[in-house]
Amino acid sequence: MQARYLPYVLIAPVSVFLGLFFLYPFYLVAQTAFYDGAGWSLKNFQEVTSYWKFPISFKNTLWLAAVVVPIQLALALLMATMVNAMKKGRDLVLYIWTIPLGISDLAAGIIWLAIFEQSGFLNSMMHGLGFIDRPTALISYQNPTLIFVAIALAEIWRATAIMLVILVAGIGLIPREYYEAAQVFGAGRWKQFLRITLPLLRPSLSTALVLRVILAFEVFAVVQALGGTLFPVLMSETYAYQFELLNGSAAAAVALIILGISIASTIVILRVLRVPKGATI
Amino acid sequence: MAEIKIKNVAKNFASYQALNDINLTVSDQEFMVLLGASGCGKTTLLRIIAGLETATQGEVWINDRRVDHLPPKDRGIAMVFQNYAVFPHLTVFENIAFGLRMHKHPSAEITKRVHRTAELMHIEQLLKRYSGELSGGQRQRVAVARALAMEPDVILMDEPLSNLDALLRLEMRAELKGVLAESKTTAIYVTHDQVEAMSLADRISVMNQGRIVQASDPVDIYRNPAEKFVAGFIGNPPMNFLVADKQADGRWNVAGQSYDGPSCAENTLDFAIRPEDVVLAETGISAKVNVVEPLGVHLLVTCDVNGAQFRATLDSDANIGRGDTIALQPQLDRIRWFEPSNGMRQSLEKNDV
Ligand SMILES: Nc1ncnc2c1ncn2[C@@H]1O[C@H](COP(=O)(O)OP(=O)(O)OP(=O)(O)O)[C@@H](O)[C@H]1O
Ligand SMILES: [Mg+2]
Repeated sequence: MQARYLPYVLIAPVSVFLGLFFLYPFYLVAQTAFYDGAGWSLKNFQEVTSYWKFPISFKNTLWLAAVVVPIQLALALLMATMVNAMKKGRDLVLYIWTIPLGISDLAAGIIWLAIFEQSGFLNSMMHGLGFIDRPTALISYQNPTLIFVAIALAEIWRATAIMLVILVAGIGLIPREYYEAAQVFGAGRWKQFLRITLPLLRPSLSTALVLRVILAFEVFAVVQALGGTLFPVLMSETYAYQFELLNGSAAAAVALIILGISIASTIVILRVLRVPKGATI
Repeated sequence: MAEIKIKNVAKNFASYQALNDINLTVSDQEFMVLLGASGCGKTTLLRIIAGLETATQGEVWINDRRVDHLPPKDRGIAMVFQNYAVFPHLTVFENIAFGLRMHKHPSAEITKRVHRTAELMHIEQLLKRYSGELSGGQRQRVAVARALAMEPDVILMDEPLSNLDALLRLEMRAELKGVLAESKTTAIYVTHDQVEAMSLADRISVMNQGRIVQASDPVDIYRNPAEKFVAGFIGNPPMNFLVADKQADGRWNVAGQSYDGPSCAENTLDFAIRPEDVVLAETGISAKVNVVEPLGVHLLVTCDVNGAQFRATLDSDANIGRGDTIALQPQLDRIRWFEPSNGMRQSLEKNDV
């Protein structure tokens, strides 16, 4: 076989798979979203965006991503740097830190619910220590901030590790000689991090961020477990349209909106973390 | 003003002893060259001075200040790395400016210094490029420029010109020496190129297997090697050695000829003479010619003397062919003697400087 055909032959199976199980369903969803029974239109989109719950679920989704992702990024960077500086026990620590990755998101939500519930760990502890007279319902419509905090905490606990593993691998690839040169030329630890680690980590950073941001826009199970209907997000709207209101077209429209903001944020991340032409990282 | 003192420094990598009781003083503004074969510990010593490696034992002093506990950034040094370590994510300009930015120089000053050093290293047309777009030799010059731009008190250079072609190396060598002398920088320069060492150094430290064998000025190293190792290492071709048997006190028999030598208890010594310090004569050490290499200026003749290889650089007019037997006379005041047991030079009062 000629060498120039080889790459195409090798990617063919994956392409067929993606075409069959991604592009075709995507096409169907798009068709459903843009079809109003008579012809092509934006009617479905107008319908979902003018619904009173849309702005709030849109806002909640973006807010959650905007709060959770930066904290996760900072934590993952800190943890990755620490792991890489370790001489012994590195693998063990990494395994422990990545345990939450193995827990399903619904289970994670339930674990945190067990903490915040009226009869949960937090209440019993505060009651036991005498900080409060009797257990109170922390998660209720009177306490929107606390719901937000609980969801954010659960998300951070659950999904920081995915960034961590990507960043640990990325940092491990940076040759030590660059740190040595930076040290000799006057860079302390912080400056080394800013001027060597961060720029040389850009490829891993963008992978980790794109992955994490997209997942953040799709947040669902944790929110369901902790906030229920008190904290609507885009994904729970999609679910409600599809399975409660049995309005497949509206569900498809919301799904496409989520896809749209995912693509937009991916483009922004890739642009910001772009490696200049010519720089070999 | 920067003086470097290294006291009893040793370095072990696990069970391997890379450096062994190093003592060295580099005085202010001196150009010290570390010369030695691959793997003898030159880079390790430089890294210990820079603070990138911790000595297993011993002390490093810069300017009457003990620096062993100081991180590299607080030692007031700049360094050219053997593997360059030019940052791949920064342009040549930003690479050269890196140290200056870390030390918060004003940006006009940075621009000025970057251009000046880039011009010196002939890389001013590359300032916008990234390291991945440079050749090995260009990258090496960026590494040198980055160190020079700091105008440091002490500069450590690990084979900074190894990757340049002969012509450029000659030119850079001269410019480096000029710049460093002008800026009154104390320099430690690693190389295994003897000619480079000779031409640059105020003093040369010859290293062998983790030890400094001799530290002295180039001519002294060349003329009076402290050990047989130095005699066999310095010079191209290096010194010739022949076995000398004791005839009488202070009198030695070398390949049938009799020479004045040291008076000592030993019964045999190594007689050593440089190839250019012998002349063709009527009588003398009898040598059978194996190879004749006409080098233009002179004739390099490789002979066999009693089974030992012996080289002589003779006048290029000499009419000598392979298989001839010739007689060679050493210039008497250039003969050196070494003890076979430990390789140390046997002093002979009248030769000793
Ligand atoms: N990190 C290390 N771990 C173990 N051994 C090392 C380490 N660094 C150097 N060595 C050993 O120490 C010895 C000296 O190494 P060094 O790099 O100082 O040699 P060098 O004189 O600079 O050689 P070259 O001229 O080839 O650069 C070598 O035998 C090397 O294998
Ligand atoms: Mg070396």
